[in-house]
Amino acid sequence: MAAAKSSGQLPIAKAINESLRSALEADPKVLVMGEDVGKLGGVFRVTDGLQKDFGEDRVIDTPLAESGIIGTAIGLALRGYRPVAEIQFDGFVFPAYDQIVTQLAKMHARALGKVRLPVVIRIPYGGGIGAVEHHSESPEALFAHVAGLKCVSPSNASDAYWMMRQAIESDDPVIFFEPKRRYWDKAAVDTSAIPAPLHRARVAREGGDLTLAAYGPMVKTCLEAAAAAEEEGRSLEVVDLRSISPIDFDTVQRSVEKTGRLVIVHEAPVFLGAGAEIAARITERSFYHLEAPVLRVGGFHAPYPPARLEEEYLPGLDRVLDAVDRALAY
Amino acid sequence: MTVESTAARGTTRSSGKRTAAKTPAKKAPAKRKAAQPTAPAAPAQPELVQLLTPEGERVEHPDYAIDLSPDELRGLYRDMVLTRRFDAEATSLQRQGELGLWASLLGQEAAQIGSGRALRDDDYVFPTYREHGVAWCRGVDPANLLGMFRGVNNGGWDPNSNNFHLYTIVIGSQTLHATGYAMGVSKDGADSAVVAYFGDGASSQGDVAEAFTFAAVYNAPVVFFCQNNQWAISEPTEKQSRVPIYQRAAGYGFPGVRVDGNDVLAVLAVTRAALEHARSGQGPMLVEAFTYRMGAHTTSDDPTRYRTDGERAAWEAKDPIQRLRAYLEAEGLADEAFFAGLEEESEELGRGVREKIRTMPDPDTMAIFENAYADGHALIDEERAQFAEYLASFADDPADSAAERGN
Ligand SMILES: Cc1ncc(C[n+]2csc(CCOP(=O)(O)OP(=O)(O)O)c2C)c(N)n1
Ligand SMILES: [Mg+2]
Repeated sequence: MAAAKSSGQLPIAKAINESLRSALEADPKVLVMGEDVGKLGGVFRVTDGLQKDFGEDRVIDTPLAESGIIGTAIGLALRGYRPVAEIQFDGFVFPAYDQIVTQLAKMHARALGKVRLPVVIRIPYGGGIGAVEHHSESPEALFAHVAGLKCVSPSNASDAYWMMRQAIESDDPVIFFEPKRRYWDKAAVDTSAIPAPLHRARVAREGGDLTLAAYGPMVKTCLEAAAAAEEEGRSLEVVDLRSISPIDFDTVQRSVEKTGRLVIVHEAPVFLGAGAEIAARITERSFYHLEAPVLRVGGFHAPYPPARLEEEYLPGLDRVLDAVDRALAY
Repeated sequence: MTVESTAARGTTRSSGKRTAAKTPAKKAPAKRKAAQPTAPAAPAQPELVQLLTPEGERVEHPDYAIDLSPDELRGLYRDMVLTRRFDAEATSLQRQGELGLWASLLGQEAAQIGSGRALRDDDYVFPTYREHGVAWCRGVDPANLLGMFRGVNNGGWDPNSNNFHLYTIVIGSQTLHATGYAMGVSKDGADSAVVAYFGDGASSQGDVAEAFTFAAVYNAPVVFFCQNNQWAISEPTEKQSRVPIYQRAAGYGFPGVRVDGNDVLAVLAVTRAALEHARSGQGPMLVEAFTYRMGAHTTSDDPTRYRTDGERAAWEAKDPIQRLRAYLEAEGLADEAFFAGLEEESEELGRGVREKIRTMPDPDTMAIFENAYADGHALIDEERAQFAEYLASFADDPADSAAERGN
């Protein structure tokens, strides 16, 4: 049951698994619950082996009912537990939306701070895996819009490991958006490092001409875009936001005041998405530093398309670089 | 059509250190461990309507009689064989990369053909994502079912052309749609009935409980048809319900019955009765077809992680197609020529499906923007125009093509 060795190369799915394992070991109040998380280890195997090692009392296969999963997680939290609830796919969180929005998000405030709801909701999200409908959604804005919830999304294995530990330790409800198309991407995970604060953004690549801001699955796309742009003589900075609520506007602002240009990239529809909020704030904070309007690359105001069209629908290298070209043309 | 009284479940695990919730049984012991996936079923077996034994022997049931002509019997056999063949073809098309995913109905042919053949043309079906046999009975082109699994659309057929609604992936949702549709049927004074298909796992969803409530309160002409195939991905039915699912109906005030879901005759008889119950103004009814998912949950699933070969073998002995064949042969209702002809027809069906899928065109990129709204939307219009312009920009500059950068 040893935690990952320092600096071992782990895929994101395995890093989350190790993180859950270490949390289960560290605190007997931590529970893992959800559909098929036990014997099967989850449809993505993120909870693989946990039930075998921690038992059915702590790694719980629930009935097929998302409102039930989150509603009972709230009850367990009220009783002093720290449930980590899995929603099997992004599109299936909505039966639980009522519990999340009307109960989980507001209970701490309603009790004037007397109760805490340390519930983590894990949601594998986003497209790019060729799935049938409801398996490729990016609903983060629907949660970030709700006061009382925190929303984060790691882009790499190391962040996945540490951010999960921090989310579980947080006394606030945290929606943990896992970039499912990147589950198998490997990176070094140093389990003895001192992690950055959960809601702090990170400059993933330094550059001087333009800032790309992204989180979760789009960070990799932006890093690839920055590498491609470098060949064309353009120096792009990539900010990995990591947290969608709260957003670390300071880090974005610092970067933009250096580069003068900002493009925000997410899979979710751009209309009223996280990018809209960042664009507004940065325009407010850094108006005189901006050389171009803040641009956004993301999903359209259309339902997520069938798999054979998702390559076109999802922001790829070309769409990001197209926005970069447009921003640099000012 | 009596409503069974709640049977006590007798399963306990003495080694458990932790207690679970009390069962609904009246004289339940104060403390008991939740039933485990491997624990045997309750000793007091709930009643199961059966008209054809696994060995292919006809038996009678006091409440459900059936008298079919040799033609009709051969017809049911043919439906099941062709459905199984189509399903196998789809599974192999997935393996060959022609489909992104497939949800096999293997083992559930009798539950689907028996219920599907009980329907009238004007009845309406609300399926899950596994109702390929019911679709067959409704006359839906099997190739149509493959579109969403191939990823060319998210449904893709006109529900009203066969009174067969789109497949629903979000578990349980369609039971409410079926109920509302049935409420409309009765407002219209029509005598059609509606069938809501759902699974054992779905029985846990709030939507399903709410559908039961609405159907009961409005006396809606809807039949809730639960295929209890024993598994919801990796979770056995014990993780969803502490009473046999059909018994839940009693709590809502309508009848529930469990039928041998691998016995096409019994399923047909019971579904006919349930539809008649609905049509004649007596309101909803719950049918639990007790069956087995012989294959993986979908082609993405690996059932060896959570269930044993022995379990599958036990259900193989109850195969729905084998038992009807045994009956047809024993009674001399079908000859070699019939079986050989059917084999040929199966081959042809398989060929046709393969051909159709391989020539199925990918949708046009701009289809992304189609049909999001009935009356249009200014933002979509703007985004469509921008995206078209963006795509056109590659045409101007072949050296800078999407292929080169790797969209
Ligand atoms: C609301 C919702 N939650 C989770 C899922 C993921 N999921 C797909 S099928 C399935 C199990 C369904 O089991 P059951 O209702 O018994 O139907 P079966 O697949 O056995 O036919 C689950 C959990 C889903 N599709 N929708
Ligand atoms: Mg099932």
